[in-house]
Amino acid sequence: MARPLINVPARVKRGQTFEIKTLISHVMETGFRYTATGERIPRDIITSFVATYNKEEIFRAVLYPAIAANPFFSFYTVATESGTIAFEWTGDNGFSATESASIVVE
Amino acid sequence: MIPTEAIMRKMGGAMDEHGDGQTRRGLLKAAGTIAAGYAAAIVVRPAQATPEQMRAAMRNVVGAAPVRKGRVEIELPALVENGNTVSLVVTVDSPMTAGDYVKTIHVFAEKNPQPNVIGVHLGPRAGRAKISTRIRLADTQTVIAIAEMSDGSFWSAAMDVIVTLPACVETE
Repeated sequence: MARPLINVPARVKRGQTFEIKTLISHVMETGFRYTATGERIPRDIITSFVATYNKEEIFRAVLYPAIAANPFFSFYTVATESGTIAFEWTGDNGFSATESASIVVE
Repeated sequence: MIPTEAIMRKMGGAMDEHGDGQTRRGLLKAAGTIAAGYAAAIVVRPAQATPEQMRAAMRNVVGAAPVRKGRVEIELPALVENGNTVSLVVTVDSPMTAGDYVKTIHVFAEKNPQPNVIGVHLGPRAGRAKISTRIRLADTQTVIAIAEMSDGSFWSAAMDVIVTLPACVETE
């Protein structure tokens, strides 16, 4: 099962821009490959990734088969208030995973 | 891998047809049928998108608006040894304030089976318009990034990449 890894600083100064990194294990089967007997391997990818900061969206990505296996993202956000940064991945075959991190703004 | 059972079955059929006969004709006929079966199994792969698909994918993002060169920077290794994981960084020159920010970043690869690579939605909360991820590249090609600004303008950058081991072509 998918196990997301996230990297969010525990403490940041108010107004500071900081980096968030996420990694989730997933095969990201493209749907363009064939088995040795000529059957197409069906597509199985993560199609959407959303990050929210205190329920407000800060980053959203639409994924295509061109995203490598075990999708990695790094992006930035501005520290406003202490609270929770939540992440959600959804994809083919009902795939869904969530993770969250709390952050203290000084 | 050759499915031996299938061959045995076909040969068996040929033998029955000729009673006692492991006849040459029967054997050849069986071999012919198997060969035809294999030829049919080799399906044409969607090796790469057509220029039309590439244009359509970009039109879906941009519409009829003009796309200017500049303000966007793509970071990719110029020589990619493994197309299955290629580190991609896209940076857009923008103050990222409430009145002037990057709305979306779209990345396209013209020679992948599907030209879309990723679509990212940002906002003033991002603070910095810089994203990175890992992508697949099916061939030596040009990667294009288009950024949509909050004022509705589109800016782009292109980068040529040489891929020595392409993604998506190997079978399981």
